[in-house]
Amino acid sequence: MATRLQFENNCEVGVFSKLTNAYCLVAIGGSENFYSAFESELADVIPIVKTSLGGTRIIGRLCAGNKNGLLVPHTTTDQELQHLRNSLPDSVVVQRIEERLSALGNCIACNDHVALAHTDLDKETEEIIADVLGVEVFRQTIAGNILVGSNCALSNRGGIVHPHTSVEDLDELSTLLQVPLVAGTVNRGSEVIGAGMTVNDWTAFCGSDTTATELSVIDSIFKLREAQPSSIVDEMRKSLIDTYV
Amino acid sequence: MSAMDQDTGMFKVQQTIGSVLCCKCGVPMPPNAANMCVNCLRSEVDITEGLQKSIQIFYCPECGCYLQPPKTWIKAQWESKELLTFCIKRLKNLNKVKLKNAEFVWTEPHSKRIKVKLTVQAEVLNGAVLEQSYPVEYTVRDNLCESCSRFQANPDQWVASVQLRQHVSHRRTFFYLEQLILRHDAASRAIRIQQVDQGIDFFFGNKSHANSFIEFLRKVVPIEYRQDQQLVSHDVKSSLYNYKYTYSVKICPICREDLICLPSKVASGLGNLGPLVVCTKVSDNITILDPRTLRCAFLDARQYFRSGFRSALTSRQLVKYFVFDVEAPVGEATVGGQKYALSYVQIARESDIGKMFYVQTHLGHILKSGDQALGYDIYSANVNDDEMEKYRLSVKNGLPEAILIKKCYDEQRERKKGKPRAFTTKKLPMEMDESRGARVDPEKMENEYEEFLRDLEENPELRFNISLYKNKDYQESETASMTDGEGAPTVPIEELLAELELSEEEEEGNDEEDMDE
Repeated sequence: MATRLQFENNCEVGVFSKLTNAYCLVAIGGSENFYSAFESELADVIPIVKTSLGGTRIIGRLCAGNKNGLLVPHTTTDQELQHLRNSLPDSVVVQRIEERLSALGNCIACNDHVALAHTDLDKETEEIIADVLGVEVFRQTIAGNILVGSNCALSNRGGIVHPHTSVEDLDELSTLLQVPLVAGTVNRGSEVIGAGMTVNDWTAFCGSDTTATELSVIDSIFKLREAQPSSIVDEMRKSLIDTYV
Repeated sequence: MSAMDQDTGMFKVQQTIGSVLCCKCGVPMPPNAANMCVNCLRSEVDITEGLQKSIQIFYCPECGCYLQPPKTWIKAQWESKELLTFCIKRLKNLNKVKLKNAEFVWTEPHSKRIKVKLTVQAEVLNGAVLEQSYPVEYTVRDNLCESCSRFQANPDQWVASVQLRQHVSHRRTFFYLEQLILRHDAASRAIRIQQVDQGIDFFFGNKSHANSFIEFLRKVVPIEYRQDQQLVSHDVKSSLYNYKYTYSVKICPICREDLICLPSKVASGLGNLGPLVVCTKVSDNITILDPRTLRCAFLDARQYFRSGFRSALTSRQLVKYFVFDVEAPVGEATVGGQKYALSYVQIARESDIGKMFYVQTHLGHILKSGDQALGYDIYSANVNDDEMEKYRLSVKNGLPEAILIKKCYDEQRERKKGKPRAFTTKKLPMEMDESRGARVDPEKMENEYEEFLRDLEENPELRFNISLYKNKDYQESETASMTDGEGAPTVPIEELLAELELSEEEEEGNDEEDMDE
């Protein structure tokens, strides 16, 4: 079930947090409300790490990662890198990469199996991504936009892309990523999906401006209604009307 | 990446626009900048907020003008383009949005309400352009404009008057001027026009209108004028003086077809032009022709009024002659667009056919034996002109016995007597001057007007600047008159304008079929 929240009165949740299947990163905010929203959902399941990257709070847009690893830009300080290495589980490889395009969260969209990359990314970086994250990398554009990370939100179950994506592009991307995709919006018609929400296999967080329609789309495409962190079947499911839009 | 073949022309994959759900209501729609369906967008944003929806305008019922504050009155018809432009201009704040379309919504004419539907476009949210229509209601209030209220208070109030006079015994010049004024609309701003003995008075509400009228007159006839003013009222505090201006305009008394004996100074000034000359054309210059040497001279208003000579014989004194014999022309000349040929003719007066004269004439190109002509009978005339007397005494061989002026078409006109002409003319709205006693004989006026119309028919150059209208009653079936020999000259159909049928909506423009000259 998707949750609506705000970071310091800003609805762009995907900018200030990074959610994967193995861990969650949140930015250091003025109040603890943001952190506690994540805690209430994920506390026992995965570690939630408070951090900054390069002294900034826009960590969601600067780093890219999945359950296998985390890539941080060259602007990350040594202390932050150490803090991350200490806090995250050992299975997660934290790697700092030297790349001209340092907003990795904007340039790379990935789940646990496949990643979309900015077309101008270095060859080296691509190799590192394939290596550290354990994914197959495809250079793509979404609706003519090269910033794939900000224009789509991806999980292992599904994905949402920029609303202006054409039908052919949608099919093509879907074939590449091997997950169902839908063109949609978040935060009351905002087209920048990647910055507006963050998602993993069983939960999603979006800005509080998100309308009920958008929320239902998110729920259906990421299959969040049936998903539980554990595999306990929910009896309530049968009484819920399946409003698959 | 997948199936894109790079041919010699770039292969472009067909892009079909997908559909997303409206973020508010969930209805599938093609994506737009706001990602909301039109209805949700309209319910969210009202781009007409802050725009004026009702406004008051002032209308003068006398002259049909609308007030544009602070002082301008704009004439506009009901539901016309000008009214629409005026209505839109009165709205404030309209520059915040883009106006796409404006049209009138029907309202009852006497309801004193004008409704205009405006379609505006504005940018909302993140770049989506929204178009919205909304009605604006105008309340019309009646308010007499300044000039109408002044006129209502005192309808005879004039500020400037032009007293046009010509001291001759006929009114030909005024008929011609009337047509010219109608053609050029020069007297459209005159409050009143009054016809008086030997002239016309024009009354204007504004000194500048009178001035422009005089400028117009100066271009068409040679005039001399003076201006006088009379104090009407005087505001002591602000030192404003109200005057009534009167322009006294004198038109030169020389007319077409007049015989003039030039004073010796003028004649020598013009290069010894034979003192007996005929005036052939009067526009802003006077054209005089010496019938013996076929030389022409031009006198403009200033030159004329310096000497101020009068004509010796005028067209009243023209006498009919029979032409018996025309000899071959000894000389030809083209002067001012007109051809003349000098030749000797044998003529006799109609009243006294026995007495034959052998004279020289400048009309050799149009006279043939058997024609009738009009000319001045100097042989037996008793001319009351000093210059003429001086000349008669000074010259050795005596004055020429007759000077022919024009060909006479009376015979041909007999055939067409009583039949209506092919053209009609319009008239100025003149008042007759009752106060001076009925010196004007209506029959005399009619005869003079008939002669003026004949003049128009005979002289194409006179018709140049005036508008003649087709006579609806005239039937074209009189082809007989055209085919048998030489008919009387008439105005060709091509020069006539179709009379404009004026209905409620006054449109500009006559339908001119063809203007040759």
